[in-house]
Amino acid sequence: MADGQVIGNIRHIYVGVRQESLVKFLVCVKQVPDSWAEKKLGADARLDRAGVDAVLNDLDEYAIEEALRICENSGGNGEGGEHSITLLSMGPDRATEAIRKGLSMGADNAILISDEALSGSDALATSLVLAKAIEASGAHIVLCGTESTDARMSVVPAMLAERLGWPQLTFAGELKIDAAANKVTIKRMTDEGIEEMEASLPCVVSVIEKINEPRYPSFKGIMAAKKKTIETRSLADVGVSGDQVGSASSWSAVVDSALRPPRSAGIKVVDEGNGGNELVSFLADKKIV
Amino acid sequence: MDPKSALDLLSIDHLLSDEERDIRDTVRKVVDDKVRPYVADWYEKGDLPARELAREFGKLGLLGMHLEGYGCAGTSATAYGLACMELEAGDSGLRSLVSVQGSLAMFAIWKFGSEEQKQQWLPGMASGEFIGCFGLTEADYGSNPSGMITHAKRDGKDWVLNGSKMWITNGPIADVAVVWAQTEDGIRGFVVPTKTKGFQANIIHKKLSLRASITGELVFTDLRLPEDAVLPGVVGLKGPMSSLNEARFGILYGTVGAARDCLEVATDYALSRIQFDRPIAAFQLTQEKLANMALEVQKGFLLAMHLGRLKDEEKLHPDQISLGKLNNVRMALEVARMSRTILAANGVTLEYPIMRHANNLESVLTYEGTSEIHLLTIGRALTGIQAFK
Ligand SMILES: Cc1cc2nc3c(=O)[nH]c(=O)nc-3n(C[C@H](O)[C@H](O)[C@H](O)COP(=O)(O)OP(=O)(O)OC[C@H]3O[C@@H](n4cnc5c(N)ncnc54)[C@H](O)[C@@H]3O)c2cc1C
Ligand SMILES: Cc1cc2nc3c(=O)[nH]c(=O)nc-3n(C[C@H](O)[C@H](O)[C@H](O)COP(=O)(O)OP(=O)(O)OC[C@H]3O[C@@H](n4cnc5c(N)ncnc54)[C@H](O)[C@@H]3O)c2cc1C
Repeated sequence: MADGQVIGNIRHIYVGVRQESLVKFLVCVKQVPDSWAEKKLGADARLDRAGVDAVLNDLDEYAIEEALRICENSGGNGEGGEHSITLLSMGPDRATEAIRKGLSMGADNAILISDEALSGSDALATSLVLAKAIEASGAHIVLCGTESTDARMSVVPAMLAERLGWPQLTFAGELKIDAAANKVTIKRMTDEGIEEMEASLPCVVSVIEKINEPRYPSFKGIMAAKKKTIETRSLADVGVSGDQVGSASSWSAVVDSALRPPRSAGIKVVDEGNGGNELVSFLADKKIV
Repeated sequence: MDPKSALDLLSIDHLLSDEERDIRDTVRKVVDDKVRPYVADWYEKGDLPARELAREFGKLGLLGMHLEGYGCAGTSATAYGLACMELEAGDSGLRSLVSVQGSLAMFAIWKFGSEEQKQQWLPGMASGEFIGCFGLTEADYGSNPSGMITHAKRDGKDWVLNGSKMWITNGPIADVAVVWAQTEDGIRGFVVPTKTKGFQANIIHKKLSLRASITGELVFTDLRLPEDAVLPGVVGLKGPMSSLNEARFGILYGTVGAARDCLEVATDYALSRIQFDRPIAAFQLTQEKLANMALEVQKGFLLAMHLGRLKDEEKLHPDQISLGKLNNVRMALEVARMSRTILAANGVTLEYPIMRHANNLESVLTYEGTSEIHLLTIGRALTGIQAFK
């Protein structure tokens, strides 16, 4: 689907009115190495995650915040609330730390898919596993960050939509849900203008950082998170076999990698009347102009 | 070998629960985002956007965080200490704002107030909508508050308050003041809305310490209060003293934060500052300073953790708080001064936090019981002889 080409148009993928206003949100969250930490590739050409602080992927916080705000403005979530927010993550057991942050912000519960066989999975495998879990969850809407800060492929949301056969509303800078009218609207800010898109539920939405300002988890939230459940599932639980995932069955493999060369000293141009020419010929040499 | 942060050296984080670590990390993030970029300017101007900060802190649950009910978060005492540590790593002025609000004003109402007083004030104070202050010290009665001159007299059913209080943190911006005054029955606490006729607050200018904190004088002139303005739960100095114990507990953690911040800055500086063609961190004298400071900061943190655990078990004695406050303020001051020598000339500017911490800590050494009074408290505990009266 070439979403990026429609400017100012509204696109309908319309499936009629829903009877209920309840919305089950599912937010996909990934644990990533602290974006400030220096990242290293290990001997297996995979990111060395052991020595670095792991955090909740930045943009996923925005996705959680958006779900929380929508709920707060329309009946609430959690105990006594109308809606529900579930976090879904695929990652090692340690990913519970990042999940806990999302629960502290106010999400209701979480599912962690953790399995030795998953290590080295590429984006196709990741999306397969997540999509299976989403299907089983009964979610009405899936929110994702637009990209992770570690691998930064920006493909998982689109792959999920494709696998689920759901419409995708990606790069959302604004999100509105009218559940009873079965209508989800986003605004996507592009260099050319603002695109407004519309789809029916269920659908996949990915958000950008302009959408909101995520809250800090409150102390009450932090304490309440302890009592929320994080359900850990294996591959078998999700219904995916080990040979569909992991590095061996990935479509892409990291063949080689090299460190960025150290910075070399620049060229100093002393202006003795010919500075302009020197600059232009420098830029021309580098094929910049 | 990669350099280790001073606090990783002993892995003290292992003593914290996940929840305590999450709370600590959240406060650290808030301080990084909302305080660090601006605090040097506030300090230089001698001002603080206290209301905005109070609302921000209120949203987190920082205000009165270790109290139960009435909109308070109800965390452990240790978590409260850790929050103070992060705030004071930013600036002692912020920790003061939070100490006075939560441990002094809110605590006094929470512990000694009537149900109506609690309902009226605590939820708004927890959210940061109302700012509170605590008036004990007077110009002529500091270490010896029992001699205070401020008094409240009965007039029919009402109380009439006269006198003044000095050095009152948050005083000029407060919505509500907990004021301690002499009465016929002894010293009692009053909950005074600052809008009441006869209440005046004057800002104390020209401070060279705690400049990012607003300090004032409170003056009461025939200030008339209804019968139910008095805190029913306590008579005598025990009232203010038990509140002070709460705040001192926050200080014995907070000062570890100020010291840690100095040490971190000094370590970074020592690694990047080149003299005689080497980083000054390569000189043995510098390493000695860093090692000594790391030692003291960690001992102070361990002491705080020990006292925090005792407090959570409700086994913490006031003498132990005196010991903790005395040691950790003294330690932080030493660390600030030593760090300053590593930054040398750069250390005396507001470009770096060290001199700001050092100056702040002079107030912290004095308020909530001077170091001398805490020494004498420990002396009394050891000898059974009271030397300060
Ligand atoms: C250096 C490096 C290079 C890589 N190169 C490739 C490559 O070329 N091809 C390839 O197929 N794979 C590659 N991978 C693997 C890739 O990291 C994983 O497939 C990953 O699970 C999905 O990619 P992403 O993190 O880039 O997701 P993105 O598409 O950038 O993430 C967008 C959103 O999807 C959701 N999401 C993503 N991952 C998860 C998860 N595990 N759990 C829950 N939600 C999630 C989150 O909401 C996230 O914000 C690479 C990994 C690394 C570290
Ligand atoms: C920035 C700042 C904010 C403050 N905020 C508040 C507040 O919010 N509320 C409040 O009520 N107060 C507040 N105070 C006041 C503070 O608690 C007092 O300054 C403190 O109790 C000391 O009183 P003092 O300054 O009058 O010193 P004094 O009591 O006059 O002491 C002078 C010196 O004599 C020593 N000394 C006194 N008695 C003895 C003795 N018996 N034996 C040995 N040595 C002795 C002291 O230790 C000190 O070194 C604040 C002070 C400052 C600086």
